[in-house]
Amino acid sequence: MSEALFDRLGGEAAVNAAVDIFYRKVLADDRINRFFDGVDMDKQAAKQKAFLTMAFGGPNNYTGEDMRKGHAHLVERGLNDSHFDAVVENLGGTLKELGVADDLIGEVAAIAETTRNDVLGK
Amino acid sequence: MPTIVFEGQDYQCEPGESVLDCLTRQGVSVNYSCKAGVCQSCMMVATEGEPTPASQVGIKETLKAQGHFLICSCVPETDMQVAVPDRAGSSFDTTVLSLHKLNADVVRLRLMRPDNYDYLPGQFLGLVNDTGVTRSYSLASVPGLDDFLELQIRHVPGGQVSGWVVEKLQAGDTVTISQAAGQCSYLPGREAQSLLLVGTGTGLAPLVGVARDALQQGHNGPIHLYHGSSTVEGLYLVPELVAMDEANAAFHYHPCVSQGTPPQGMQSGRAADVALEDFARLSGWRVFLCGREDMVRTLQKKTFLAGASMTDIFADPFVNLAVA
Repeated sequence: MSEALFDRLGGEAAVNAAVDIFYRKVLADDRINRFFDGVDMDKQAAKQKAFLTMAFGGPNNYTGEDMRKGHAHLVERGLNDSHFDAVVENLGGTLKELGVADDLIGEVAAIAETTRNDVLGK
Repeated sequence: MPTIVFEGQDYQCEPGESVLDCLTRQGVSVNYSCKAGVCQSCMMVATEGEPTPASQVGIKETLKAQGHFLICSCVPETDMQVAVPDRAGSSFDTTVLSLHKLNADVVRLRLMRPDNYDYLPGQFLGLVNDTGVTRSYSLASVPGLDDFLELQIRHVPGGQVSGWVVEKLQAGDTVTISQAAGQCSYLPGREAQSLLLVGTGTGLAPLVGVARDALQQGHNGPIHLYHGSSTVEGLYLVPELVAMDEANAAFHYHPCVSQGTPPQGMQSGRAADVALEDFARLSGWRVFLCGREDMVRTLQKKTFLAGASMTDIFADPFVNLAVA
């Protein structure tokens, strides 16, 4: 089922089309961009790509443990539900800009949602 | 079946097996995540043998040209030797051809290009001094145009390598350099694209290499080179770059001075700010940024937000300048 979503979205080409738009939205969003200050942008873009692949229902080996470890330093700096919501909003905005139908955007948001507790260290 | 050589050990592939599966099956610990050629966390470089085309989809062009590939997506057709990027280096001995002062602080060092020394303009190499200390310097020369290697070295007060270059090194001396690395290079294709090159200090060196290489390869889109310094005296190669501007319709040289009133033909302000004032929309541009780390990191973000794609921004921050 999730493989099918990845294909319906357009697979890897869709991820490539989305990554610049999504990352630009995130960096321009004053609610969350402070969490990206001082990061290596090339490495960060690769992480965004891996995240989008996962959220698009594509192949991934993410584990809850990775998510917790990867975001623990941000949780210490105050990362909370409002910031997670902002990222999901930017994700939806990106897909809308790419002309993706609302029901597919809903499926992507639902996959992203499954990571919330791990990302926020709950 | 093909053999994979990794960190000096041989690993036999099973039929249809990827390089990643071959290594992990035999107990080698390597980075990976998606196993689908998307996340790029398993990227390695092939030092011998050809990566398959499928294993280079989506990789930055400059890295592709250097043999980078995704081991999860490569079912090898031939034997390969692979390495984690940046650990593939080897060293070369070569001869100093000349030393020449470009301004009060910057020295041009030309070295004989060793046989089989491959590099792309805009890459950097490690230069080893007489006590074994290594510092990285960018190449300003272009294979095909120059038969020497050229470095532009700023004399840092107390600098162990730059001080040695300025005070001790002489034409005819033998020095040790490392293999060139880095991905701030021009690659052919899209020759009508607009190019933005911004550098401070000796960040000019790789950018001059990139600009000359682009012209040599027939680039016909506009190439805008911004070189910044606080004072006119901090700039260098000004007459040469003015001449290059006059000789090439596609090439535009923008010297920038941030303190005082600049002389005619120069722009006032920091190079990064002036460039973004001149070109506020950068969708479709290719961008090269070299020099002070804070300038490069800031401008990388600003040019991305101005519309340049991440895959079209090539940044080479000079780190640890204080100890250079």
